[in-house]
Amino acid sequence: MKIFLRFAPEINQEPHISEVILETGAKLNINRASVDAVSGEVVVDVPDEKLNEVIKLFRSRGVEVSILEHPVILDEDECINCGACISVCYVRALSFKDDWSIALDEKRCNQCGACITACPHGALEFS
Amino acid sequence: MVEKTVQDINQKIKDGSVHVVTAEQMTDIVDELGPEDAAREVDVVTTGTFGAMCSSGAFLNFGHSDPPIKMQRVWLNDVEAYGGIAAVDAYIGATQISESRGMEYGGGHVIEDLVARKSVHIRAVADGTDCYPRKNIETEITIDDLNQAIMLNPRNAYQRYNVATNSSDRTLYTYMDTLLPNYGNATYSGAGVLSPLYNDPDFETIGTGSKIFLCGAPGYIIGEGTQHEPQNDLATIMVTGNLKEMNREFLRGAAFHGYGATLYVGLGIPIPVLNENIAKKTGISDADIITNVLDYSSPRRLRPTLRKVSYEELKSGMIELDGKEVRTSPLSSFFMARKVASTLKHWIEQGNFMLSQPMEKLPTDTLFGPMKQTKETPLVKDVMSRKMITIRQGKSVEDAAKLIMKGQSTHLPVTSEDDRLIGIITAWDISKAVAQGKYDKLDRTMTRRVITATLDEPIDVTARKLEKHNISALPVIDKDGKVIGMITSDDISRLIAKRNGCSFQAPLEEKR
Ligand code: SF4
Ligand code: SF4
Repeated sequence: MKIFLRFAPEINQEPHISEVILETGAKLNINRASVDAVSGEVVVDVPDEKLNEVIKLFRSRGVEVSILEHPVILDEDECINCGACISVCYVRALSFKDDWSIALDEKRCNQCGACITACPHGALEFS
Repeated sequence: MVEKTVQDINQKIKDGSVHVVTAEQMTDIVDELGPEDAAREVDVVTTGTFGAMCSSGAFLNFGHSDPPIKMQRVWLNDVEAYGGIAAVDAYIGATQISESRGMEYGGGHVIEDLVARKSVHIRAVADGTDCYPRKNIETEITIDDLNQAIMLNPRNAYQRYNVATNSSDRTLYTYMDTLLPNYGNATYSGAGVLSPLYNDPDFETIGTGSKIFLCGAPGYIIGEGTQHEPQNDLATIMVTGNLKEMNREFLRGAAFHGYGATLYVGLGIPIPVLNENIAKKTGISDADIITNVLDYSSPRRLRPTLRKVSYEELKSGMIELDGKEVRTSPLSSFFMARKVASTLKHWIEQGNFMLSQPMEKLPTDTLFGPMKQTKETPLVKDVMSRKMITIRQGKSVEDAAKLIMKGQSTHLPVTSEDDRLIGIITAWDISKAVAQGKYDKLDRTMTRRVITATLDEPIDVTARKLEKHNISALPVIDKDGKVIGMITSDDISRLIAKRNGCSFQAPLEEKR
């Protein structure tokens, strides 16, 4: 399961992720990270069996955690099933179904935003 | 021998015995039965496409206000329409962009909003005359308040289109959408097997006066489209239809990031299967339709062709380029193209759509030439300064600072032993390094991904690079990667001042 972490500026400089890994032994996979002076936003893939433990620990350290259930939202009324979004997605979360309509595999998505830029119809947005 | 006339087929439509299939189904039928039996079996083949067609728009008639105004300039939701036609007529073009919202909203969206029966804000200005005293007007209208709203698209339904990819190391945002660096993806357009003009490439049944499906309403072909180039399988048609009867499902405003607005148009043409020759042509498959893969990193009119590819390969989701597997994305919707073809099929089967005999054939022999340019475009080599200072790799940041002070240039190309460009260091880089207290080695402070210009590059292309990357000078390199000069935004501005009167814009390129 993917989780979205937000670090407030006060705690931005501390090694939270390393310490959570050491403490829980969970093999965390960092999918995407943007960290600067003001804030930090990181998407981490967590093995399901360690999910609760990891979330609890991050929260106890003051990190804001949300589960990425719907990392991007596809507005079916706006989508024309063109497929422009498919080839820009590096994790292949987007594809055609047999009838040439579009399928979004939310489990793969890292919230990189490339498909949102590529969609000519404003049919995709972050949750 | 099978011989039918359009009248025979219309009679069958009337008595309900007509046999209609989509172009996709026809491929299998011809494959199975052969053209002769297919022609006996099938009366009409419906085609369809649903893609971005920039060259689209609509004539609107607003009616007269009181006191009357001759609308010289008119805006719909802040998107300017062409007002140079009579007093209260205007043409809204799909690619015109909003003056307040920029590239993300344009004429295509206004047209979609009209069709969706949303309220649209109108603003117009005029000089005022004895017969039209009013100087400005603002009002809110819906499509039902207009006397007429007539779609007229100068260039639609490209027979096929080029595939776009990008060999450079930077992402490009084009009318072919996002092109990732280093052949990161390839985008294509067109409906392949369902392509209206590919199913009758010699225009035996399609011509001026042919009745078609246009955005959910009946429409007509009124002649060849602009840039019609059948000799290269790039035929196009000019079409018209009543915007008031159209359906938002088959017409959508769209915006390509960094390029601007356009309109997705759903268009379908019924092809009467008059004989086995026509049946054979409508039996075409994706594998038979070949197009070119072009490198869009070249900003010139003629972009290099990397290879030829069939729609079958494109639709597989992956093509090979330079030994690399490259993922493909269509920009037009095959899902919707099918819907266009099947809706048209349904209309004909229900007896709601009769076929028309074209009044005139479309030309089959035209080619599309480049623009005649009477003022030469200056090239980098005419403008650049050959006197420049460079610094060898391995020197220190301090050395660079001294050279910059001496040479009064803020940009210093860094070269290898054999004069090849390996980086650039600017006064800004040095200030930053000093401020951060890290300024020993040049190698660590310089920028390695240098944006460069070449000798034969038109300066408009260079100007675009400077603007896009927000920089003020570029090293000019020869084909071996050696630095031979510098070109700055000042050089270019001076030249433009001299060119005076020649508008300075992005380079001309073939646009959809
Ligand atoms: S945001 Fe879009 S492009 Fe990025 S990973 Fe998710 S689905 Fe793919
Ligand atoms: S690019 Fe946008 S409109 Fe096209 S298939 Fe993807 S989500 Fe749908």
